[in-house]
Amino acid sequence: MMGRCHILLETPVLISLLRRYLPPYRNALIAVVVLQFFGTLAALYLPTLNADIIDNGVAKADTAYIMRIGAVMLAITVVQVACTIGAVWFGARSSMGFGRDTRAAIFHQVGAFSAREVTHFGAPSLITRTTNDVQQVQMLVLLTCTMMVSAPIMCVGGIIMALRQDVGLAWLIALSVTVLVLAIGLIVSRMVPLFRVMQKRLDNVNRVLREQITGIRVVRAFVREPVERERFDVANADLTDVAIRVGRLMALMFPVVMFVLNASSVAVIWFGGQRIDADQMQIGSLTAFLSYLVQILMSIMMATFMLVLIPRAAVSAERITEVLDTDSTVVPTDSPVDTVVSRGTVEMVGATFQYPGADEPVLCDVSFLARAGQVTAIIGSTGSGKTTLLSLVPRLFDATDGTVLVDGVDVRDLAPDVLHSRIGLVPQKAYLFSGTVASNLRYGREDATDEELWEALRIAQADDFVAALAEGLEAPVAQGGTNFSGGQRQRLAIARAVVRKPEIYLFDDSFSALDLATDARLRAALKPTTRESTVIVVAQRVSSIVDADQIVVLDEGQLVGVGTHDELLESCPTYAEIVQSQLPAEVAA
Amino acid sequence: MSSPTRMPNRPAGPGPGRGPAHMMGAGMPAEKSLTFWPSAKRLARRLSPERGLVAVILLLTVLGVSFSVVGPKILGNATNLIFEGIIGKGLPAGMTQAQVEAAARASGNDGFANLLSGMTVVPGQGIDFDELGRVLLFVLALYAFASLCMYVQAFVLNGVVQRTALRLRRDIEDKLHRLPLSYFDSVPRGELLSRVTNDIDNIQQTMQQTLSQLLTSLLTLVGVLGMMLWISPVLALVALVSVPLSVVVTALVAKRSQPLFIEQWAQTGHLNSHIEEVYTGHALVKVFGHQRESEETFADRNEKLYKAAAGAQFLSGIIMPAIQFIGNLNYVFIAVIGGLRIASGSMSLGDVQAFIQYSRQFSQPLTTVASMSNLLQSGVASAERVFELLDADEQSPDPVEPQVLHDAQGRVAFEHVSFRYTADTPLIEDLSLVAAPGQSVAIVGPTGAGKTTLVNLVMRFYELDGGRITLDGVDIAAMTRDDLRGEIGMVLQDTWLFGGTIRDNIAYGRPGATEDEIHDAARATYVDRFVRALPDGYDTVIDDEGSNLSTGERQLITIARAFLAAPSLLILDEATSSVDTRTEVLVQKAMTALRSDRTSFVIAHRLSTIRDADLILVMEEGRIVEQGTHEELLERRGHYFDLYNAQFVGAVDDEELADSPA
Repeated sequence: MMGRCHILLETPVLISLLRRYLPPYRNALIAVVVLQFFGTLAALYLPTLNADIIDNGVAKADTAYIMRIGAVMLAITVVQVACTIGAVWFGARSSMGFGRDTRAAIFHQVGAFSAREVTHFGAPSLITRTTNDVQQVQMLVLLTCTMMVSAPIMCVGGIIMALRQDVGLAWLIALSVTVLVLAIGLIVSRMVPLFRVMQKRLDNVNRVLREQITGIRVVRAFVREPVERERFDVANADLTDVAIRVGRLMALMFPVVMFVLNASSVAVIWFGGQRIDADQMQIGSLTAFLSYLVQILMSIMMATFMLVLIPRAAVSAERITEVLDTDSTVVPTDSPVDTVVSRGTVEMVGATFQYPGADEPVLCDVSFLARAGQVTAIIGSTGSGKTTLLSLVPRLFDATDGTVLVDGVDVRDLAPDVLHSRIGLVPQKAYLFSGTVASNLRYGREDATDEELWEALRIAQADDFVAALAEGLEAPVAQGGTNFSGGQRQRLAIARAVVRKPEIYLFDDSFSALDLATDARLRAALKPTTRESTVIVVAQRVSSIVDADQIVVLDEGQLVGVGTHDELLESCPTYAEIVQSQLPAEVAA
Repeated sequence: MSSPTRMPNRPAGPGPGRGPAHMMGAGMPAEKSLTFWPSAKRLARRLSPERGLVAVILLLTVLGVSFSVVGPKILGNATNLIFEGIIGKGLPAGMTQAQVEAAARASGNDGFANLLSGMTVVPGQGIDFDELGRVLLFVLALYAFASLCMYVQAFVLNGVVQRTALRLRRDIEDKLHRLPLSYFDSVPRGELLSRVTNDIDNIQQTMQQTLSQLLTSLLTLVGVLGMMLWISPVLALVALVSVPLSVVVTALVAKRSQPLFIEQWAQTGHLNSHIEEVYTGHALVKVFGHQRESEETFADRNEKLYKAAAGAQFLSGIIMPAIQFIGNLNYVFIAVIGGLRIASGSMSLGDVQAFIQYSRQFSQPLTTVASMSNLLQSGVASAERVFELLDADEQSPDPVEPQVLHDAQGRVAFEHVSFRYTADTPLIEDLSLVAAPGQSVAIVGPTGAGKTTLVNLVMRFYELDGGRITLDGVDIAAMTRDDLRGEIGMVLQDTWLFGGTIRDNIAYGRPGATEDEIHDAARATYVDRFVRALPDGYDTVIDDEGSNLSTGERQLITIARAFLAAPSLLILDEATSSVDTRTEVLVQKAMTALRSDRTSFVIAHRLSTIRDADLILVMEEGRIVEQGTHEELLERRGHYFDLYNAQFVGAVDDEELADSPA
């Protein structure tokens, strides 16, 4: 019964999520329950009326009575369908509305996140949580409204109506219900863990295929096709094995249920017959009883299948709640200022950043000052904290200790939009939004004219390929910019920042996708544009920062040197090492 | 990348007007296949290895359905026995039925007489329990047998379908290894992956559900219709009227909900792509100040989705109640008309009861068959895509009598080689060069110059358009691909490691390598020291995300792998991204160790590599524009000179240039 235990563990989160966002639809949901109640009652009443026809109409050969009751049955049928349709209406609105509201809540929450939260979850996971997971819970609400509400009503109502027809056979109901529940329970509880195994093995097969496709060159280069084939065969066979086992259990479900149903019907007729013979029951009741029994058992089956859905929705609810309960670590201040003390300066005073619970800080006590009109380069090995350092400036992260000042004001005191309006960021992985080249460039500044766009493209060495496109500035850009090469994307991202004409440029290893010649040309073209601005460049290639006004050398989160290239060659061994590895030995001397 | 877990499917069965839950919540429109029947037939043919079992399945289905269809009728007979018993009990014993009837008519009680005329009554006798018991036992046995048949049928079917899916997956994977690389370039990776995973899943689900339910439903329909007609043609007519009515209602609602579903699906995609963009570009949205705008766009699309979804779900949600309604109407009419006919003696109570059950059994299969069509469309569309893959052109087979290289030296020659990826974009034209054994050849040039292409051609990943490439004088096309590639070691830009231990990954270079050989290779390439620093050492499992190893360390492992392969020809792509300095040094050293005594083609990015190369090839737009050593090329002051200055300007002292030896 492992499957059952899991349901119990995760349901509270599901329930609390529902309680959070369902209340606005309380009226609609009440309407659903009421309508389903009456609709089910109506459906339950029909067999009783049929029994009435038989006992009082047919047996007494009273055709007028038959017609009269028939008319009543007709009316009830209409009521039934009206109620059910009404319930579906309210159910659809509530569940889809719930989905809409939950999605909006998550989106808003993520919007307020700092880069730390986004990295913690990972963008793909956040996307799934906002889309698929909400979908799961939403569907559960819908199915509950349309089916789950009616199932228990049908079951209880069916039992009551059946007992109204004849109490003596109550034990039969109890028996068949028990047998059915046991049978289904046994089968389902065995199936649920197997489903999980099957999913894992399916993921495994897909993973092997994905690896083979991604690494097809390597597989062929190392002549590993036979090995790969075998690896796949094993995964394939494993999957099929468990899939067959699951299927066998599933195959049992329908025949077993049908047999319980049918055997119960047979039992009803036998024992009912005896009671009729003893004048304890009427024949019409027998027919009705049969109908009710079937309805009861069917509703139990329906409910059981619904229960299978709950674990999945519960898992989704947990994932959603995790996001909703995470607060952003970067909180805009209540009393923002937009003063400027020293224009264009970026200063770090003892900036430290450490993830909670981590042994080592990512950045430790970093202090430097970057002035307007200067190029400050940051160099260091991977993991030395360069990107984190850069991210402190626009407050993508907040320093856990120390201060970051922009224009001489603590970034925490600046209004976010003021701070951001002064910054032009070009991140490490160039990302473009779906739209056109122009719309992407205007992301930097809405009111840029076409000439300004072309100017920015020229500086970013991107004008040649954009001009070569049929639609030029209006050329379509796919999501993420995947219809452009890596180098082109990066140049467009740089152009986007240039369009903005910010005080402060932040380049995070933005030139790495370019070949060295283009890199050099671009930097040369940027020089006049950024003459008045503060430029902070994070780089891997020494050659691209060699003539920076100031180079900041980071090693494992600590600042180990500040100065010009020549100064650092003398004073900073780490820097010398880096240079050595990238340039010929004679130069370092 | 996992396919969505489907709801366990509940096969249709007789019920109180409630059908199988319509689980297509998201409502993706069924994809239309282009060549439905040919693909469907081809898919069916995939079952042929198990056609014996398929015949068994068919037989069992027929048996099972027949028995379960007959059941209600016989059960009805049991009810009749009871009814007749009751009536009979109330009649004076000793008279015959005919006498009672006559007496009733005589006293003006025509109704009762009519009622009697449709029954077999023994006046004075109660319910014949012996007979009843026999009938009920018979029915029970019938139902038991029917259930058994259905179980065995489902059991066998499941095995058949799963094994067919296994074979299909295997054929696809096999095909992957025979496809030319150009295929992998032309089909987007996500699309290819989707075909081999999602599409096969879809096919399997479709086959499972169609084979089991379609046949059962059709047979049940026929059987039930037959029984109904046999019992009472009049009532059957009533029931039959409901059939087209259900179909019409379902079709009407489906038609009106289809555009709404398409809209819902479109809006979902619209919203989702916005969410993806905003989340992936989260930093950009924030720093460029577009947060509010993105929320507005979101709210707008979210609202549109809500409207479309509410409408679509409502419409699709009323199909079941509507069919239920028709079923109930049916029930009412049968109850009334049936009651009238019992009273007039033209039908028995048991028959009406059976009829009610049959009419319920009738609407189920209809709904099932209707929803099948959607599923079938989607499944055959998937099959089409899979078959397209299976039919794709394969790379040219290895020569029947291949030439074999013994003790390869590693002399590579390009003889008037021409190649282009696509017909309209020229790449390599009439290229000739020679790399002597042990020489290191550095290839430099701007991006897109064709450097990686050279390497691809040597590996025979693509076929030449003109000319030939020889290894030790033997045309590489005259060798088997395996032999050729066995002679070549590769270290690429993408460090492709699989989810296994470090040991396994290194050993990938040479199957059957001993532990010592693996360690030797690791030591020579500076892998050993950092592996020993790991808690699990060589048993450390490299995970997909590669988060437990740095990029540099992964690169070193790929070098170790190539080292172990001990090839006579080496191909290196030096473009590395974000390697930390310390490891960078090691990587350089490791590559140097790897390259000693081997012919190597290096797509060079490091100055040290280029300077020390025996031969430098300067490529531009697919042509080699200059060849020579570093010093020679600098003197020429041509392309290489320009490139060199552009790359390393500012880093190179002026004196260095002037001092370069002649």
